Amino acid sequence: MKKLISPLDLTTQEIDEILSLADRIMENPTAYAHKCDGKILATLFFEPSTRTRLSFESAMLSLGGKVLGFSSASSSSASKGESVADTVRTVECYADIIAMRHPKEGAAAVAAANVECPLINAGDGGHQHPTQTLTDLLTIRRLKGHLDNLTIGFCGDLKFGRTVHSLIRAMMRYEGIRFILVSPKELQIPDYIRDDLTAGGFDFQEVERLEDAIGEMDILYMTRVQRERFFNEEDYIRLRDSYILDTEKMELAKKDMIVLHPLPRVNEISVEVDKDPRACYFKQARCGRFVRMALIMKMLEVE
Amino acid sequence: MLNIDSLERGVVIDHIKAGKSMEIYRVLELDKLDCSVAIIKNARSKKSERKDIIKIEDRIDIDLDVLGFIDPNITVNIIDGGKIVEKKKLTLPARVVNVVKCKNPRCITSVEQELDHVFALTEKGVYRCIYCEQEYQPQ
Repeated sequence: MKKLISPLDLTTQEIDEILSLADRIMENPTAYAHKCDGKILATLFFEPSTRTRLSFESAMLSLGGKVLGFSSASSSSASKGESVADTVRTVECYADIIAMRHPKEGAAAVAAANVECPLINAGDGGHQHPTQTLTDLLTIRRLKGHLDNLTIGFCGDLKFGRTVHSLIRAMMRYEGIRFILVSPKELQIPDYIRDDLTAGGFDFQEVERLEDAIGEMDILYMTRVQRERFFNEEDYIRLRDSYILDTEKMELAKKDMIVLHPLPRVNEISVEVDKDPRACYFKQARCGRFVRMALIMKMLEVE
Repeated sequence: MLNIDSLERGVVIDHIKAGKSMEIYRVLELDKLDCSVAIIKNARSKKSERKDIIKIEDRIDIDLDVLGFIDPNITVNIIDGGKIVEKKKLTLPARVVNVVKCKNPRCITSVEQELDHVFALTEKGVYRCIYCEQEYQPQ
């Protein structure tokens, strides 16, 4: 495994190995503190990010490696018109592994085609975000104990939400998964995801009201309606407040349901919900660092 | 009735959906040929009401993948000695490069001009951009 563009680039066995390694790292992080001594991770972020970039950097530093990179397109040669291909070809000369985020869909595939070193897609526009998916899978496995036979609800922006697209594709490979997709009509899942669900014969339903379906879910995956995905400010303002998870709606949910969110949240989850033990999004954020440590080790083939 | 001389030697692209001949003319870059090229629009057809036909007075190599992508029902006849010596069948190609452009404004190809526009055939029989996965929508 040298390139990770979509979660489907990993077999379920490879995912299992990464999650198990992440579990072991969480139990005893100091045992892994020098696994990547002398290695360099380049974080190329053409789009701003807090969690993903810092968790990648934290992961590499925790493994004893070093990091370099940039955190916005304006501080890279992209601002001079350099192509993605040329940027990664250059960076490959300075680093052992690359994590890249870019606002355009498919940018990671372009990068991957132009380098020999391991490359991780840290998000490409509204397309894919495989390391968030690994974080989500680790969180689900740790909190629910398994990844099969679950009803998972996705709520919010399912059209541009790359974390949603990646997680749906990853969950489609486990037995007995049922999907409930909650969104306004304008923000329904893209047709290529719907095609995959239909072709695979998956049990899925699309609804517009969260209250109608929350009681059936084992997992509720909330998402933010992102301003940067809209070309039209009016559409963004009209749709941003479509769903707000509050304590009233949580009363309709199962006692052991878990709420996940890739973060950052704006107002789609009321702060009062944070006190509910079923609110697990900060536990999820913590998993992000460890799963990235495991992924970096796997991709660098460090034992 | 419009009369076009029959070919002694050349290629006939037949059963083109009415109105599509100019697209094929453009994509196959037939404007660059020195030989005679006849475009017949809205000809009567037994299969369908109307069709377009392109006659090329030379034995050129036709990119069958491109034609198959535009319409697999098109037929390509190779003419020699005034007779059809070969009928080429078209299939949907696995991928097409720089035949059509990805129209997704969020796709990396929308900002990086030097990238090839590549569409690959999926199991469902539709073409998707290999970068952003946007489906190709024929006009």
